[in-house]
Amino acid sequence: MSKVNLDLPEVEIREIRLGSLTGFNGTAKELVSACGGCAGKQKDKSRSFSQCLGCGTAQAACTLTLIQDAAVISHGPVGCSSCLHEFAFTYRVNAHLRQIEHPTQRKIFSTNLEEKDTIYGGAKKLEAAIREVYERVKPKAIFIITTCASGIIGDDVESVANAAEAELGIPVAATFCEGFRSKIWTSGFDAGYHAIARKIIKQPREKRNIINVINFWGSDIFKEWFDEFGYEPNYITPFSTVDSLTYSSEAALTIQACATLGSYLGAALEQAYGVPEIRNSPPYGIAQTDRWFRELGQILGKEKEVEEFLKRKKEEYLPKIEALREKLKGKTAYVTAGASHGHSLLALLYELGMKPQGAAIFHHDPVYDNDSRDADTLSHTVSDYGDVPNYNVCNKQEFELVNVLNRIRPDILLARHGGMTLWGAKLGVPSLLIGDEHFGMGYEGLVQYGERILETIENDEFVKNLEKHSVNPYTKWWLEQEPYTFLGGNF
Amino acid sequence: MAGLIEQERYTCAIGALQTVVAIPRAVPILHSGPGCGTMIKGFFERSTGYAGGDTSPCTNFSEREVVFGGTDRLRSIIKNTYKVLDTDLQVVVTGCTAGIVGDDVASVTDEFLDEGKPIVHVETSGFKSNNYVSHSAVVNAIIDQYVSRFEEENEARSEKKLVNVFASIPYQDQFWKGNLREYKRLLEGLGFKVNILFGPHSGGVKEWQSIPKANFNILISPWYGEPIVKNLQRKYGQPYYKFGYVPIGANETTRFLNGVLEFAKEQDCGIDEEKAKAFIAEEERDYYEELDNLATFLLEFRYGLPTHVHILHDAGYVTGLTRFLLHETGIVPKEQYIVDNTPDKYKSQIEADIKATSDKREIPVCFTPDAGAVQNEIRNLNHKGRGLIIGSGWDKELAKEKDYDFLSVACPTPYRIVLTTNYAGYSGGLRVIEDIYNTALATYK
Repeated sequence: MSKVNLDLPEVEIREIRLGSLTGFNGTAKELVSACGGCAGKQKDKSRSFSQCLGCGTAQAACTLTLIQDAAVISHGPVGCSSCLHEFAFTYRVNAHLRQIEHPTQRKIFSTNLEEKDTIYGGAKKLEAAIREVYERVKPKAIFIITTCASGIIGDDVESVANAAEAELGIPVAATFCEGFRSKIWTSGFDAGYHAIARKIIKQPREKRNIINVINFWGSDIFKEWFDEFGYEPNYITPFSTVDSLTYSSEAALTIQACATLGSYLGAALEQAYGVPEIRNSPPYGIAQTDRWFRELGQILGKEKEVEEFLKRKKEEYLPKIEALREKLKGKTAYVTAGASHGHSLLALLYELGMKPQGAAIFHHDPVYDNDSRDADTLSHTVSDYGDVPNYNVCNKQEFELVNVLNRIRPDILLARHGGMTLWGAKLGVPSLLIGDEHFGMGYEGLVQYGERILETIENDEFVKNLEKHSVNPYTKWWLEQEPYTFLGGNF
Repeated sequence: MAGLIEQERYTCAIGALQTVVAIPRAVPILHSGPGCGTMIKGFFERSTGYAGGDTSPCTNFSEREVVFGGTDRLRSIIKNTYKVLDTDLQVVVTGCTAGIVGDDVASVTDEFLDEGKPIVHVETSGFKSNNYVSHSAVVNAIIDQYVSRFEEENEARSEKKLVNVFASIPYQDQFWKGNLREYKRLLEGLGFKVNILFGPHSGGVKEWQSIPKANFNILISPWYGEPIVKNLQRKYGQPYYKFGYVPIGANETTRFLNGVLEFAKEQDCGIDEEKAKAFIAEEERDYYEELDNLATFLLEFRYGLPTHVHILHDAGYVTGLTRFLLHETGIVPKEQYIVDNTPDKYKSQIEADIKATSDKREIPVCFTPDAGAVQNEIRNLNHKGRGLIIGSGWDKELAKEKDYDFLSVACPTPYRIVLTTNYAGYSGGLRVIEDIYNTALATYK
């Protein structure tokens, strides 16, 4: 098991900690059995052609910028925080989902490292920045996210942060998420959560009837679900407060919307603060929904209530699900998404009677931080529904996706991250991106998702028109090659 | 030499990869850490073009390249770029990682150059500068390393009526496509032939090859882009005409066009002045027909319209909009904020251009890239009447706090989609009027 150590400033990257991969092609079953219980033994493959990846610093920011009363300082050149305004937008437009009537402005800063700082060091600049941010914002906590430049020049960010913390009397957390450290940008989530776990969360004062939900900014379905059992969700981290994070240790348990996101924090809360973490991967598709709720009932001692709840949900939704299956039977699909959530989408497609033709999943964690086989979403999907052909681990390499889609031409493309639907549409394939990560959860989610899939397949006029007029920069040669031609080289 | 920046309104040097994306069928190749491309894509949004965004090749520096250097990986990525993507020009841009570890990028691109490939390299380490500055570095690299290869068939200043235009920075100016199209249309109306160089109305790399042939260059900018026209002056002896802000509306557009005509006379361009003047007169007539019709609304609408404005933008827009709004809509410019990190030596001229807007009022101007600090200042200001804030998406929150109208015209902004709209020129002025008053009218529900 990965041992959480909150005494260290940095958490190890996923490649090392979990043996995670960014390159694989085969079938889902092959991947599951290749990785079965042998984290780190499956050798990663790299590519001799590659396109722009995401990096850790943006993902760390994703976990930190939406905390209501914290400030974030990017210690780097101004470019390393230039996409963070998107989180400010998210915060503003989704605040109502957490009943926040007056969303406050996000406080995002750059130390603006320049050439001379790369020579003389940027520590002084960072010190001054922290004081200025404190004066300007009076935040409850300050997070410093590091960048390639600050990492390579070797600024001692940890010492600066600790000194500032002593001076200002609020948590000042160095968050180590330099882009070049990891090919898996979700390592940045771990970095953000590590900072929270070591600097913000405190030991519990008392246990309370709350359940930690590690998620993004999706709809508030857990409020209604947990209410049935006498609990309230404690959302982590978007729309949380420094205070609500501090006492997340008082929760009865922790659940995750996606194990790729919350793996590390779930384990940290369990190992360092005694909050049990639900092992089963999230409730997408009937099999997994039942399993997940039953484990929830077991931990809360509410087995009977859970059975009643599931019975009610089945009565209400099974006829609707059956009707959708009739309409969607045999329709083909292709999935591109982050790990775990992508596996959940595959389960959902099978549950709706559809035929996944393949998937491009951004990375693969052979095991999560809790070391439990129950948490392996892909393994559940394969054993519940069967194999998935053309299963590719591909960190947003558009050229491979274009090549594959061009061959497979599914009835629908399901995407989870921005930029990927464009190519479905250019090829005339109806494409659907659902931003709300809770949208497909549970019985109601299956119906909602199914309806959206149906709608997307039916309303294909736009993509069919776009296909006729779209521009394609890829060569004819490339589209005729095997999609994984550049995978497995020496670089 | 700025310190802390809150709410940045521009990005770092590698952001000038968008300058490459704006050239038809050109591709930027990033020799950088992972994430640089994503940051730039996230800053500009909807800015993929032909082969930008997720399509751009990138070496995605890892620990291994930081320790051992990344030139081998770069070679492999470039080699395979030719197999995978169909492009006319490849520009290798470098990130902080490559810059700090000191990779010799030229030695790699030279290998492809020797094979006759249209490849260029330019250092754009994020810590070096910002995208306002490095736009010029990218353009000059293309001129020095690519355009120069075609000098024999494109003799310097050999086409009397041909001009090169350097104006909007692609994507950083959200209206770049529309503005460039409008500049081209106006200058052609005067009788010039125009190399506009970026966007769908340029002729791609063929047009770039003909840059030396132009008689002179036109720079529409207070400071960014000036190193380009200076480079061309040295290289091909081309003089340049500079207009220091975005000409918006009739007064400023006519001033700009007359300025170009005067300059052209000195260069012996053979422009038919009478025809050119007639063109200007006709454009003005069209413009004032609209303003004349609108005046009643501006003067009589009795339910409230914005009366004063704060603008947060780069020097070109702050100056252009300030001059336009006062004289052509009557909205009074109050404190104005230039957030493009203007180099000191250009500040006094910009201040003078803004001061010249009016001989009877003071228009305070503040230069700082720390837009968060600017917002705090505006929070503490109090002017009578209904206010308007023109800025980036960040400023929508400020406008709401102050109960002001808000118009999104600057990066970054998730609140507005701009396709081919232009703000420059006569028609641009009319569009600004439509946008401001439609925004105000939309508040009446």
